[in-house]
Amino acid sequence: MRANRPVFSILLWTLLSLLTLFPIYWLFVISVKPAVELFTTPSVLLETVYWKNYVKVLGDDTLRRYMFNSIVISTGNAVLVTVLAFMACYALSRFDLAGKENIFFWTITNRMAPAAVFLLPFFLLFTQVFTIGEWKLYDTRTGMILLYCTFNLPFAIWTLRPTIDAIPRELDEAATVDGATTWQVIREVIFPLARPGLAVTLILTWVFAWNEFLLAATLTSFNARTITTGLSEYVTTTGTEWGTMASIAIITLVPALLIFSVVQRHIVAGLTFGAVKE
Amino acid sequence: MRSNRVGWLMLAPTIAILGIFGIVPFLYVLYVAFHQWNPFGANPHMIYNGADNFRRLVFDNEFLTSIAFTLKFAFFAVVSEVILGYLLAQLFMREFPGRGLFRTIHTLPLIVAPIVVGSVWRLMTTPSIGIIPYLLKSWFGYDLNIGRDATMAFALTVIMDIWHWTPLVTLTLLAALVSLPKEPFEQAQIDGANRWQIFWHVTLPMIRPAILATVFIRLMDALRTVDEVWMLTGGGPGAATRYLGLHIWKIVFPKTDYGYGSATSIIVLYLTLVMCWLLYVALVARRDQKRPS
Repeated sequence: MRANRPVFSILLWTLLSLLTLFPIYWLFVISVKPAVELFTTPSVLLETVYWKNYVKVLGDDTLRRYMFNSIVISTGNAVLVTVLAFMACYALSRFDLAGKENIFFWTITNRMAPAAVFLLPFFLLFTQVFTIGEWKLYDTRTGMILLYCTFNLPFAIWTLRPTIDAIPRELDEAATVDGATTWQVIREVIFPLARPGLAVTLILTWVFAWNEFLLAATLTSFNARTITTGLSEYVTTTGTEWGTMASIAIITLVPALLIFSVVQRHIVAGLTFGAVKE
Repeated sequence: MRSNRVGWLMLAPTIAILGIFGIVPFLYVLYVAFHQWNPFGANPHMIYNGADNFRRLVFDNEFLTSIAFTLKFAFFAVVSEVILGYLLAQLFMREFPGRGLFRTIHTLPLIVAPIVVGSVWRLMTTPSIGIIPYLLKSWFGYDLNIGRDATMAFALTVIMDIWHWTPLVTLTLLAALVSLPKEPFEQAQIDGANRWQIFWHVTLPMIRPAILATVFIRLMDALRTVDEVWMLTGGGPGAATRYLGLHIWKIVFPKTDYGYGSATSIIVLYLTLVMCWLLYVALVARRDQKRPS
């Protein structure tokens, strides 16, 4: 059954790949068309390429700033979340803490809350409670890095826990008998074995932070605005600048795409959200 | 035995961050839910009104329809994604040239921002500029207008969700399939089992935890979908795609009815929690059964 009909597999996957890629390709087509051509007969093939949308977007200081903010916020958040989740999962997996399974479930409940209504308390906290003198957490990159923990940290903990659980306890015990400290056990035994899981966690949380929109739109105004928010500024109910919007969308895709293509082969090995291996 | 203090210390930052950014806002929302508060309304002050908001919810037709539509959306999307994702994961288990490349392509939608996904599908389906209405019109003479046709708008949000999230299911199930032991399959083949019997009696029991875990995360996220649908349909036509996340957003932002919006989210959060908790219990019960004590 296996391996004897590769032609069938290749044909099927070519078809599926076309279906997967088409929306992204269409986005690109729209991004390289002048506005007047949009309303003529849609055509799948590109006759002329019009780069002005990109020139406009890349030459825009504000959008470049949003881009930089997005990079800082997602990287900061992904690193913070992965480190915290690694520590938390080690604690949940290796220590006999009272009520730890409840704490484990509680973490994920933070991801279930409908984001829309929490915008209001976050907004009040960020503008009125978390302030030091003139300084507010509102519209700062630090604020967004911390805030994104609410949805990324639970996800990271749930993705990493099975990986850490799967590392045999005998290994830590043997190292402890040999006189290793907890820190040495983590660094020499757990970390190397958990690396695929950690890499996947880092990448996925990075992408989630990069893609977030609703919170960023409410809790930043200019200094810490992200690129997804910049994108939505071109969509209004009356006149949408489709071409500009599409080119920002393509630009938004590129960094995620680059990072992803570098690490994608590790993804399958490391994706174990909540799954329990025997 | 190591001291548990080290364990608590390692858990402390997580508890602190989720406490400040999770519990504090939650308590605030709970507090507001028992008040009438519309800062831009006739009376901008917060007035305690007991359980009035919750009583109003029970008879709120918009809210009840929104629940029904959201459940319908989540059901169709998650079921299709799991079935499709499983079949695709099985296809990836075969050896064929270019498998790595196809897997990368198949994974692409996962990294696209929800707001971009919504924009793309809107670009493709808006009647005057989209390619899909154009093709349907010229090939089948069918007029697709998701601004008017509620059923098609609903179907498109489901299709969009399937496009976006099936890869996650494929990857999770593929990770589970790859890690399965070979012996049970060989044994079943020796015993003369057919493909359906192998799937039902061998594969399914072994990957059940992975399937449940996938359903768990997909259901959780489908129930709080906002960005994509907001971009694609804006909740319309009428209220046909006004799913709960969007419904709450509309009460809180354009209407600034903070008290009622808070009460709505408390109930939505509660419903989501119950559903996910039931799934989680099913997941853990299975694990405890299998694990020798």
